Amino acid sequence: MALNISILIVDDEDSVRDSLYNWFIDDGYRVDCAENAKQALSILESKNFDIILADIKMPGMDGLEMHRRIKSLNKDSIVIIMTAFASVSTAVQALKDGAYDYITKPFDPDDLSHLIRNAANQISLKAENEALRNKVVSLENIEDLVGNSQVMMKVLKEVERVAQSNSPVIITGESGTGKELIAKAIHSNSHRKYFPLVSVHCGALTESLLESELFGHEKGAFTGAMFNRKGRFEMADGGTIFLDEIATISAKMQIELLRVLESKTFVRVGGNKEITSDFRVICATNRDLKKMVENGTFREDLFYRLNVVNINVPPLRERKEDIPLLVHYFIEKYCTSMSRDIISMDSAALKRIEEYDFRGNVRELENMIERAIVIGNNKEIRVKDLPFEKDMINNSIESLEEIEKKHVHQILIKYDWNISHSAKALKVDRVTLYNKIKKYGLDPSK
Amino acid sequence: MKKQSILLISDEHFEKEFLDKIALDITREYLFPVELGEIHIDISDYYDPTRRQYDANELLKKIDSVSSSEIIKQIGLFRVDLFIPILTYIFGQAAFNGNAGIVSLYRLRNEHYGMKKDEALLLNRFTKVVIHELGHTFGLIHCHIPTCVMRSSTYVEDIDQKSKNLCFKCRSKIGLV
Repeated sequence: MALNISILIVDDEDSVRDSLYNWFIDDGYRVDCAENAKQALSILESKNFDIILADIKMPGMDGLEMHRRIKSLNKDSIVIIMTAFASVSTAVQALKDGAYDYITKPFDPDDLSHLIRNAANQISLKAENEALRNKVVSLENIEDLVGNSQVMMKVLKEVERVAQSNSPVIITGESGTGKELIAKAIHSNSHRKYFPLVSVHCGALTESLLESELFGHEKGAFTGAMFNRKGRFEMADGGTIFLDEIATISAKMQIELLRVLESKTFVRVGGNKEITSDFRVICATNRDLKKMVENGTFREDLFYRLNVVNINVPPLRERKEDIPLLVHYFIEKYCTSMSRDIISMDSAALKRIEEYDFRGNVRELENMIERAIVIGNNKEIRVKDLPFEKDMINNSIESLEEIEKKHVHQILIKYDWNISHSAKALKVDRVTLYNKIKKYGLDPSK
Repeated sequence: MKKQSILLISDEHFEKEFLDKIALDITREYLFPVELGEIHIDISDYYDPTRRQYDANELLKKIDSVSSSEIIKQIGLFRVDLFIPILTYIFGQAAFNGNAGIVSLYRLRNEHYGMKKDEALLLNRFTKVVIHELGHTFGLIHCHIPTCVMRSSTYVEDIDQKSKNLCFKCRSKIGLV
């Protein structure tokens, strides 16, 4: 690790520079020296250093002033101030100005080693943190928003456009279309990405619970409130709050929510102190809020307050061209999480999936693929691995004969066209089954 | 032409038997013959009364000035408390990739830490510091392997933790493998 760390020594005494230079070279650091602050600043204009070890007392500009100038250059270097004269006030000043540490000359060899090792650790932790942060951002960006259909591309463009603003967003779309993923994508592409994205599923909470959940409560606010509790608005400070199923909140909560959105201040349940929080609000619903406004079940002022930007996520049936991509994505996702080899889906199964009317949208498709991987043969996903039972009653099938044909076909597929097993399952004899196959023109290759 | 050797320079305060043992270990490690030489210097010239210690930088310069075509590296051996301006003390120091180094046994003595005198341990520590400083003159930096003699040591306990030998990686770096 030492080999990657660079150190700049700034001291007007030759002997100090040489001693430190030799000491750090022995440790494998990359070392440069400057004999005064001016020279150091000029070196820093063209070169970055991880650690700067600067004497506090130097002719011309002193170490503290140099440190301030280094900070104004936006350098990330860790600055350690050295002095021959220990004084609490200068030490405090150096630390107040953001110096990493302060050390009195001459140092104990072990103290110097520890100091530099700790600084080097901080540098590597910072680099690691940065790398992880970038990784998380790239993972959270739009990884789960799979699709290259025109409608989906339009949605992604809208996400990109609204992410940069602070405006409230309403995401509409049927259940299972991925509204929460859109909210995550907006948050992780916004300048708020390093602060929390706090989700609240409004539909799952009663009015009083939702109130306490959103605004928090003070100790003793109600029976069982033994401790103070931060609300979701408070937790989302600097970040984003995602209110899912916004259409389900009561009239009273609608008024409270409107007030909070307008003032960005609120009071905890049972408290009297006003709390301010800087959050962006994103809501989602699968209901038509405009109609609810017309019916009088949703406040018009709140609707307009929230509906600054509206993103409508299309149902899966309107972007069927994305299905193969989604299927591949979910297979990869679940095979990886189950530590299995990536399998494929046979063409018959894929065709069947493409024809299927996904009422539960992407969520239904995802569950279907997960189930198929769990119960399948670990090689490929076949039609019999897919749960299409509820598709049995299809609107397009009217006659009993058609249903029988489809059912017989499904059973045959399920038992790999083993006539004995299929006949047993259908509770008919083998001859009857052969007759049905002939009658309906069923073929194993289809 | 005579093969180049490593020179251990000391004043008359070191016993030959003590130095022979160190020389043997150096030869084992670096594969160079070791010669013993004497130097007569007035050590008081290097004394800093404010620190009550001896200036290692100046002593190193003095040792470095002893040059001979037959000597590849020279290490000055001392019994006094050494310092460099920035550090409170040092066990030894050497010119990185240079020709000279110095080592003192002053702070290697058990008695210095209120413990019982132990001549064998002193020899062991001293040998390790000499081999370590020689490593720097050959261009080796501190090694993170705990048993390697090039591991940085700021306390005598650190010296006791490591061996007298270079690790495989350090040996490879200077072409000993």
